[in-house]
Amino acid sequence: MDPRRTARTVSDPKVRQVGFFTPAPPERSVSDPPRFQDPIQPPSPSPTQVNDHSPSGNSLSPVMIPPAHHHSDNFLRTALQATSPTKAFSYSAKTVTIPPENEDVASSFSPGRKVVSAKSPSSFPGVKASSVPASELTTVSVVNLPPGISEKAGGASVEVQNDRPVSAKTLKEKTSKAERRALQEAQRAAKAAAKAEGTKASSAASKVVTSANTKPSKAAKSSSQKNDGSQVAASEKKGGDRAPEKDRKKDAPHPRMQYDDKSRVEKAKKRAVVKQTEARNRVELFRHLPQYEHGTQLPDLETKFFELDPMHPAVYKVGLQYLSGDIRGGNARCIAMFQAFKEAIKDYSTPPEKTLIRDLTARISSYVSFLIECRPLSISMGNAIKFLKNRIAKLPLALSESEAKSTLMLDIDRFINEKIILSEKVIVKHAVTKIRDGDVLLTYGASSVVEMILLHAHELGKHFHVVVVDSRPKLEGQLLLRRLVRKGLSCTYTHVNAVSCIMQDVTRVFLGASSVLSNGTVYSRVGTACVAMVAHAFHVPVLVCCEAYKFHERVQLDSICFNELGNPDAISKVQGRKEINYLDGLVNQENLQLLNLIYDATPSDYVSMIITDYGMIPPTSVPVIVREYRRDHLWS
Amino acid sequence: MDFQVVVLAGGNSKNLTPLVSKELPKPLLPVANCPVLYYVLHQLEQSNLKDLIVVVEGEDAALLVGAWISGTFIDRLHVEIAAVPEDIGTAGALRAISHHLTAKDILVVSGDLVSDVPPGALAATHRRHDAAVTTMLCSIPVSGPSESGSSGGKDKAKKLGRYNIIGLDPSKQFLLHIATEIEKDARISKRILHAVGQMEMRSDLMDAHMYAFKRSVLQEVLDVKDTFQSLKEDVLPYLVRSQLKSEALLNRTPQGEENGNEKVSSQNNQAFISRILANASTPSFHGIYSKNPDGSSSTRKTHKCCVYIASSSSYCVRLNSIQAFMDINRDVTGDADHLLSPNNIIGPSPKLGTKTTVGPNCRLGEGSEMGDKCQVKRSIIGRHCRIGSHVKVVNSVVMNHVTIGDGCIIQGSVICSNVQLQERVELKDCQVGAGFVVTAGSEYKAESLAKKEK
Repeated sequence: MDPRRTARTVSDPKVRQVGFFTPAPPERSVSDPPRFQDPIQPPSPSPTQVNDHSPSGNSLSPVMIPPAHHHSDNFLRTALQATSPTKAFSYSAKTVTIPPENEDVASSFSPGRKVVSAKSPSSFPGVKASSVPASELTTVSVVNLPPGISEKAGGASVEVQNDRPVSAKTLKEKTSKAERRALQEAQRAAKAAAKAEGTKASSAASKVVTSANTKPSKAAKSSSQKNDGSQVAASEKKGGDRAPEKDRKKDAPHPRMQYDDKSRVEKAKKRAVVKQTEARNRVELFRHLPQYEHGTQLPDLETKFFELDPMHPAVYKVGLQYLSGDIRGGNARCIAMFQAFKEAIKDYSTPPEKTLIRDLTARISSYVSFLIECRPLSISMGNAIKFLKNRIAKLPLALSESEAKSTLMLDIDRFINEKIILSEKVIVKHAVTKIRDGDVLLTYGASSVVEMILLHAHELGKHFHVVVVDSRPKLEGQLLLRRLVRKGLSCTYTHVNAVSCIMQDVTRVFLGASSVLSNGTVYSRVGTACVAMVAHAFHVPVLVCCEAYKFHERVQLDSICFNELGNPDAISKVQGRKEINYLDGLVNQENLQLLNLIYDATPSDYVSMIITDYGMIPPTSVPVIVREYRRDHLWS
Repeated sequence: MDFQVVVLAGGNSKNLTPLVSKELPKPLLPVANCPVLYYVLHQLEQSNLKDLIVVVEGEDAALLVGAWISGTFIDRLHVEIAAVPEDIGTAGALRAISHHLTAKDILVVSGDLVSDVPPGALAATHRRHDAAVTTMLCSIPVSGPSESGSSGGKDKAKKLGRYNIIGLDPSKQFLLHIATEIEKDARISKRILHAVGQMEMRSDLMDAHMYAFKRSVLQEVLDVKDTFQSLKEDVLPYLVRSQLKSEALLNRTPQGEENGNEKVSSQNNQAFISRILANASTPSFHGIYSKNPDGSSSTRKTHKCCVYIASSSSYCVRLNSIQAFMDINRDVTGDADHLLSPNNIIGPSPKLGTKTTVGPNCRLGEGSEMGDKCQVKRSIIGRHCRIGSHVKVVNSVVMNHVTIGDGCIIQGSVICSNVQLQERVELKDCQVGAGFVVTAGSEYKAESLAKKEK
């Protein structure tokens, strides 16, 4: 029942979801309710209580049964008898009050009993839901009532069993005026009982009242998530355990969706804020990764600028910047995201009748799913989001809104300062000890930590030479090179094609990483593996610099299952050189597939040492860091 | 999204006499039987911008416009009307309402813009670059009488004399130079040219008068440069010119706030964060320029002037001349008819005589009556017009309550409200002001007829 814990174990297949946390809130909302509803109801029933069986159903009856209607008792029994054999409907606990008229109508049909029993439970959540929270819900159900009567008389008796929502609706609609009044009275009684129960401070309530009280409120809760009665029936049908899953799906597209699963892709598309056109010719091996036509997203998102009301402007801006590639790099993206969240939290105010903890979590989740649509999350961002959500969940209930907000903003600042900035400084301090005079250091791409190491070593007066290895299409190394040269470092610039030629002069290789996985695999900019492998072949030590917050417990053996696909146009065209147009007109051909990978995985064999804020460790020790880091910072 | 929208509706435009008058200010000039302001407001409404400030020149005009808006957009938009004195220019108008501006960014739209470019796109570009000003550019519309299809041989290419000379950077994101008219010599800042390296000069783009300003910048400029009259001719070129030597005044305010709030210790970290962020993004030429060659921290203030170039497929025209008025009328009923949502080509109850033909791309207002054997082609006829027999109306705009006698021939003309054309009048390329009476049998060509002011 605790999905968070199962998700954390490495052996669980769900480990794939771990780096990305959008599904978290609904899960928490399942396990948390007892805690949050403390003042109203004692925490006695277990969360799984939705699946309870007939005995508890009986105990409910004293409250729920309309006093004027006597049928209910024996009717209930028949209902129970009928339901228990049919295994599909496992929620017989819900069958509490059954409008007697149902029986009459149903008995007029030939398959009568079964139909009734099958229908009645599902009809209940709707009715019961109306009983507890507010009168408005009751009126809604009343509105639905009249038209159904004639419809039902038509008798879809055979289909009823299969077609749950319909049957539920029609059944509900069939109750007569007297019936409804009786029902309302019963509900009122239940409400009164609940109130009485609520006033009794904590425990000593009688068992009957307790169960009676919690059940309806539970039902009310589930129904309040969806206002429509028929939907409630549909969700009830799935049973208690599956309902949260459904909610979670609704909440955000699964971040690691398999994009070759067509039906899921369709569903995700319906939800998506950013309209994305999928690229046509994708490489077979990477079909499961999302790839979209670049250039279609940005204009579409731009035109919707004013229509995305729930999106905070700061978040929106960051999303745009991700999408257009204005911000890249794990640290920068993470900081930008957190700063946007900080803005959003600053402007946040809890809507009435909601609690900050849950509403804010949902809000953050929606932001995150928007960011994912702009560009898949990096693992560092996933960890950061997990941290933030954990912080929100851990907020004391008694905290006022402004206090909670300032606490969260402080937490965010603390995360940025401690986990990113301080750890970079520590890494620099460690790594500089490995640089000696006369060294030739090779780096690949543009890592912020490596840059700082080099600059710091230069400031310390060490004499060394830097080789910046770069690759198309992003040519990030040029930016790094520009900054290094300005500071007066002596540099060599080359492309990754020439790495084997230059490697024999190199004494150390410093690499940055997007993430370090628990088997020591380094997940980084594509090309890193190649550089590390060549260095290994030349017996040059490879030092990977990575902050501990980027570590992840996932195990990954190849760079196929999880990766990100970049814009294929970026490799088919050469920027600034229009005369190189050999591929013009070929891009949309059936038999041409372009692959522009963003990341690759470097096996731990090729990594000599990982420099993190906990010190310098061999790649085999990564799981220790992961474990310690989790214990210290996330779950404490 | 923290945007405030200001619609500069204008008032009495000299370019459009005799079409506009005191009774009919420019914002209410009907285009295809809808006031031109409707197009702007409708588009803003569709973009979910419901809080607007409409600035009108002249008290009387403001009253008229206000009455129309409250009648049309009641319960749909939250509009505030501000009346400003006439002839203070667009910048002056903004200056007059400057104290009402509170949001972080201001979207300024000209009230005579007929376009389907979503304002959100401009705003998003503005936000993404964190620009001081972003302007929308669109390709210059093909003007000239519509000969599309039927009689295409006539000479058009009678282009408007107003060109914009626009300089863009190679990525077409930043505005480097803007000048309204072709002058003998264009003055381009050497500094900008040096920083960018390459500049693209275009004359096929038009400033669409839709701007997003950073509020602090806009207010600062309006305050300090109190001689500036026009946004387009003064404020925008000034901002573009000074983007690399942005006077300290533009940046002082935000920086002062930041420094005040933060402790000295955390400033170090802030600098760190901003360095990481800056290193992670591809620097624009502003960023490169602002750093001194030796790599020391940025000392030169810059601000960005961005452009959003509307795609060539979108429709974007300003109603600022009679020719443009004709063009827009033609396009709105023809190619760009998606701009008009209530798509009633022929009003509910026009009474047509026998053998009267109404061609395609026409619009007839409600309650208009036409006699026998009339011909209407590519024209717009307003409400409650009475048109006699044997009348030919081609490429023309006839507004409301116009009486046209038998046997008139009207080509390429605009006939304002309450005009009376007696029998056998022939008009070609004329504009007839409101309430004018054209005597029977007269012929006019390319003239502007209006009642004399008494």
